[in-house]
Amino acid sequence: MPMCAASISAKGGPAVADPLLEVRDLNAWYGPAHVLQGVSLAVGPGEIVALVGRNGAGKTTTVRSIMGLIPKRSGSVRFDCADLSARPTHERFGRGLGYVPEDRRIVPGLTVRENLVLGLLAARLGKAAEAQAIEAVAQRFPRLGERLGQEAITMSGGEQQMLAIARAMLSNPKMILLDEPSEGIMPALVDEMADLFLDLKRGGTSLLLIEQNVELALEISDRAYVLDQGRLVHDGSSADLLADPTIRDRYCAV
Amino acid sequence: MTRDIAAARIMPSGADWSATAQRWRVPLLTVALAALPWIVPSQALAVNILIFGLYATGFNLLFGFAGMLSFGHAAFFGAGAYGAGIALARYGVGWFGAIAIGVAVAGVLALLIGALSIRSRGIYFSMVTLALAQLVYYVAFQATDWTGGENGLRGLTVSVIHIGPLALNFLDPVTKYYVILVFVVAALYAISRLLNAPFGAAMEAVRENESRAAAIGYDVKRIKLIAFTLSGLVCGLAGTLDALHLSIVPIDTLFYQTSGLAVMMVLLGGSGTFLGPFVGAAIFLLIEDVFSIWTPHWQLFVGIVFILAVLFLPRGVWGTLAAWHKRRSA
Repeated sequence: MPMCAASISAKGGPAVADPLLEVRDLNAWYGPAHVLQGVSLAVGPGEIVALVGRNGAGKTTTVRSIMGLIPKRSGSVRFDCADLSARPTHERFGRGLGYVPEDRRIVPGLTVRENLVLGLLAARLGKAAEAQAIEAVAQRFPRLGERLGQEAITMSGGEQQMLAIARAMLSNPKMILLDEPSEGIMPALVDEMADLFLDLKRGGTSLLLIEQNVELALEISDRAYVLDQGRLVHDGSSADLLADPTIRDRYCAV
Repeated sequence: MTRDIAAARIMPSGADWSATAQRWRVPLLTVALAALPWIVPSQALAVNILIFGLYATGFNLLFGFAGMLSFGHAAFFGAGAYGAGIALARYGVGWFGAIAIGVAVAGVLALLIGALSIRSRGIYFSMVTLALAQLVYYVAFQATDWTGGENGLRGLTVSVIHIGPLALNFLDPVTKYYVILVFVVAALYAISRLLNAPFGAAMEAVRENESRAAAIGYDVKRIKLIAFTLSGLVCGLAGTLDALHLSIVPIDTLFYQTSGLAVMMVLLGGSGTFLGPFVGAAIFLLIEDVFSIWTPHWQLFVGIVFILAVLFLPRGVWGTLAAWHKRRSA
């Protein structure tokens, strides 16, 4: 676990001693609309952190800003001891920051295998290592293994989501940002996904998890941030939030 | 149960057939093109289909696969034609060297125009490519000492082509056709390899969603610039072959109508498919060939066919056939 020489964490920062990801005073605008107003958060190594809140609270904007995908933004993003605030998106990925966006997650014209190769290409492996990595995915995700030659768009929503997560895992990121992974997916697959997230955590990968399904998010996460109207309104341990419904009812009820 | 249905979908014999066709697409197209001079009404038409099919294929690389609509590809077709033509006519370079020079000139120009235009997106990208290509047109128009200006570039007749001990009569239409075919097939093979390589998938990822492609580690600007330059190289090769074929480079080669030609041919045939551009070029040139005999207003018929295709076959003729076959075998 690397101790960062020049961590910016000082006054009343997030309750993580040596964070892998540290976001400070994040602001984002869509045109004139100031949608993120000073969000600061941190995720430690091997930690699952949930980001919850109502629709439109700014959860997606937060992770998109962390990936550098919102053009009009300010604030600092430190990841794995490096300041990424001004770096382009693909470099953030290259540093080990994986991202599974919401909605259409896969390239529709390509087969499952081709979609997976896309996730590997940036890692620049040899042909043999590539085949090995895909074989490992086929073992870990039998549903995908059976369908490697199939066009990805012909799979169910849940399988497409699994493909997107598998693709993000292929490059061995230190952390994955997951935007609504359980949305529109059948319950059996949601359980499978929760197991996968806990597996990833055991393997040392950190997760920042956006979820509409607050119960699920709090059950598998260590800590949680609650976002409302572009501001952080609460942070604490997930167990506490799960036990005490007042905050959940106030900020997360639809 | 959904699993069984999905598994059945990838199994049928029809899909095997189309996968085989996919794997053998370059040899199949080569056979079809080799037979072309005996199928279409004239040798000249066959050569045109060959050259403009390659031109449209180069354009499709950028438009169909990387999703960037350029209105300036005449610049690369023309740069290839003028590059080869000037090398032949002004400097007495051999035919093969002239082709290499033409392709190189087109490639450098594509790198330049690409670097300037990929900063913008959508319609703005199209407008920047159009403006820069028109700039190239006016420069060529004014530089009469080099390009012959309005009258076009003349004096580049290649009559004999020496390949080792062989001396081929390039003035014979059939010989000329097959010499050009060799270059077209070589280019098609290279493009097919490129599309099957991970870079092909990366281009499609960029086309579908730029920010998602960036989020899985792709430098989107770099991929766009490479796609743009490769596309320009292919269109430049088509231009050099056109110069050799016509023995003259008309100034129209660089005019924006030539850019429009690529767009129409690709949309007619089917963008984002491998064979579509050739089908589109063949349909377009066939209509021109047939109708221009009895009316000077043949473009009216091309226009009608184009509108009908856009309205009723939005995937283009080949794209629709391919999609229909896939559905039927599913």
